[in-house]
Amino acid sequence: MKTTARRFVDFFTNRAAYDRFFKSLRYALYVIVHPFDGFWDLTHEKRGSLAAANFILILSLLTCVFRIEFTTFQFIKVNYERVNFFMEMMGILLPFIIFVVTNWALTTLFDGKGTLKDVWIASAYAMTPYPLVVIPNTIISNFLTEEEDTFNYFFHDFSIVWSALLFISAIMMVHAYSIGKTMLCILFTIVGMAVVIFLLLLFFSLISDAGAYFYSLYKEVIYRLY
Amino acid sequence: MKRLAVLLALILVLAAVSPAAVTQADTGYSYNYDFWGEVANSPDPYAVKATLTHIELGLDKKLSKAQGLFVKDNFIYICDTGNNRIVVIEFADEEYKVAQIIDSFEGAEINTFNSPSDIFVTDDHYFIADTENNRILKLTKDLQFVLEFTKPDDINFDQSITFLPSKLIVDGADRVFCLVKRVNKGVVKYENDGHFNGFVGATPVTYDLFDYIWKTWIASDAQADAMADFVPTEYDNIAVDNEGFMYVCTTNFYEGSLGDGGVNPIRRLNSLGNDILIQNGDWYVIGDVDWTDVGVYTGSSRIVDITALDDGTYFGLDRTRGRIFGYDDQGNILCCFGGNGNKDGYFRMPTAIEHMGHDLLVLDSQDAQLTVFTPTYYGQKIFSAIYEYQQGRYDRSADEWREVLMLNGNNELAYKGIGRALLRQNKYEEAMNYFKIKYDDDNYGDAFQLYRKQWVEDHIVLLFIVILLVLVVPLVIGRIKRVRWEVKRFENDSKKIR
Repeated sequence: MKTTARRFVDFFTNRAAYDRFFKSLRYALYVIVHPFDGFWDLTHEKRGSLAAANFILILSLLTCVFRIEFTTFQFIKVNYERVNFFMEMMGILLPFIIFVVTNWALTTLFDGKGTLKDVWIASAYAMTPYPLVVIPNTIISNFLTEEEDTFNYFFHDFSIVWSALLFISAIMMVHAYSIGKTMLCILFTIVGMAVVIFLLLLFFSLISDAGAYFYSLYKEVIYRLY
Repeated sequence: MKRLAVLLALILVLAAVSPAAVTQADTGYSYNYDFWGEVANSPDPYAVKATLTHIELGLDKKLSKAQGLFVKDNFIYICDTGNNRIVVIEFADEEYKVAQIIDSFEGAEINTFNSPSDIFVTDDHYFIADTENNRILKLTKDLQFVLEFTKPDDINFDQSITFLPSKLIVDGADRVFCLVKRVNKGVVKYENDGHFNGFVGATPVTYDLFDYIWKTWIASDAQADAMADFVPTEYDNIAVDNEGFMYVCTTNFYEGSLGDGGVNPIRRLNSLGNDILIQNGDWYVIGDVDWTDVGVYTGSSRIVDITALDDGTYFGLDRTRGRIFGYDDQGNILCCFGGNGNKDGYFRMPTAIEHMGHDLLVLDSQDAQLTVFTPTYYGQKIFSAIYEYQQGRYDRSADEWREVLMLNGNNELAYKGIGRALLRQNKYEEAMNYFKIKYDDDNYGDAFQLYRKQWVEDHIVLLFIVILLVLVVPLVIGRIKRVRWEVKRFENDSKKIR
């Protein structure tokens, strides 16, 4: 019978788990240059892992902050009184979550093969080029002058376009779709995302209204009692 | 107990003394805009030197609806529009005294003025916009009629409108450039013999695509007539700088286009009528960058008059909030000060601004007074820093900017000025620091490029070694691995053979 502490230590010193993690993480480098083959094996051959996917996702969020903070001020000017790094990260994370959930919800109807976990892993792997390109790009930006800003902007945009193409192939392979069906699916996913965002806003608006109602009721009662 | 009493007495004395000290230092509301468009408070660049009403000047009656102001050497000319006269004030021995009152002249049919609204004085002549008499007068200095410029008898000039010249300037060859009420084709230009020569510099016509489509195809004729026409807007005022270029300003524009440079309330026209105003600042030359509607003071700044100083700086007078905005020759905002109110240095209906040296004179038509501003120590330092820079004495300019920075740590131009001087002294790293503080990426880029070049030249050996290591080390490692692998394979093979 193992103690909790022992289990805790085991969890973090499990050599095999680390090997699996690094192997699946390393596989991301194969995926980004062989998207079709790579994404197929990623889910169908279980060569990716949730841990590695989450690692890439968190790395991407940190990259976003890293880019804003450490790119030379010549290219990105930050008003630190107005910028909230948490909100910047949410600007990537929330669309990502909504995309994955909406895509999974749609593809279950469009007989896609992927589960929610598959879509999550594949989408996260598709974001690999972003940290891979942007982190060196940010460091190099500090050795550039304002006239050379084109390099910086080009590589940043390049990483995003690369990621976008990977997203498309990820959806295609995970659900075993044809290219036409993938495009249609992505189109519907974008519409679906808009619907989800609308519903979320409506939901929070109603919740806050309801909250305000009960709060005013509470205040009314308090005033009557005293 | 005794100690407490002493302390109390001390506090009382301090309390009695300090308000005087505070009021002396704090005479106005002066500010500037930082890189993010937020207000950065600043010391007063200008202080009131004198306010001149009819009482101080010893005039028989109050100035009435005074519109025009002109300064030549040490003479100030006020068009006392409502009283149909021109008051000439001489500035001598630090005093402002009435030198002459012009209300009539000799040699024409009508020898008096009717609502004169502007005057321009050359070495030999007066040029007066005699608005309600529909003419511009050219008089000699001893008030003899020379010439009048009347409504052009020309097909380009709309004959249906009454000719009401309001503002004018005169160039070196005695050619008149004037603004006429309800004429929107630009500045009306006359030859020196009184012939109409055409229009100069109409504002570019702006309209958006939606309005165009709506008006052309969707609206009925009656609706289209009721909509605003797509025509140039009228100028409100005109001034001339020492290089002979015209500054014109307009108050008719759509506020929403100010922020993106869609409209230019202040324009500097060359002889072809093109806008050559330099706008290299963080903000367009629009007066207030950010504004809040408070009470009756709503909307953006509306510049009603400009005066261009000899060193290329120019000052605009804002009608909305009674403020004065100063810019340097690159379009960087220097200062904002003044306001609406009844204190000295505040206005109720400012109509005209002029300069005498670095002093500013503002005419207020409703208060019927002339306010004279003179630069404070802080203002003088800014001007001398600009002057030294223009003279090419960059180090001295930087010293002046350092003085400015002591008085106002918010001053953007001071940082840039010091940075530029350091750059010329090849102190790249220090220059970069100054530019970085104020987000001046152009200058920072230049400084950094030089710094980088120098760094590479200084560290060329180190760089070579690093590059060599980066290239050689993997090769060597690869070679060693290869050798080991081959040795191992050889051993394995030889085992098999046995």
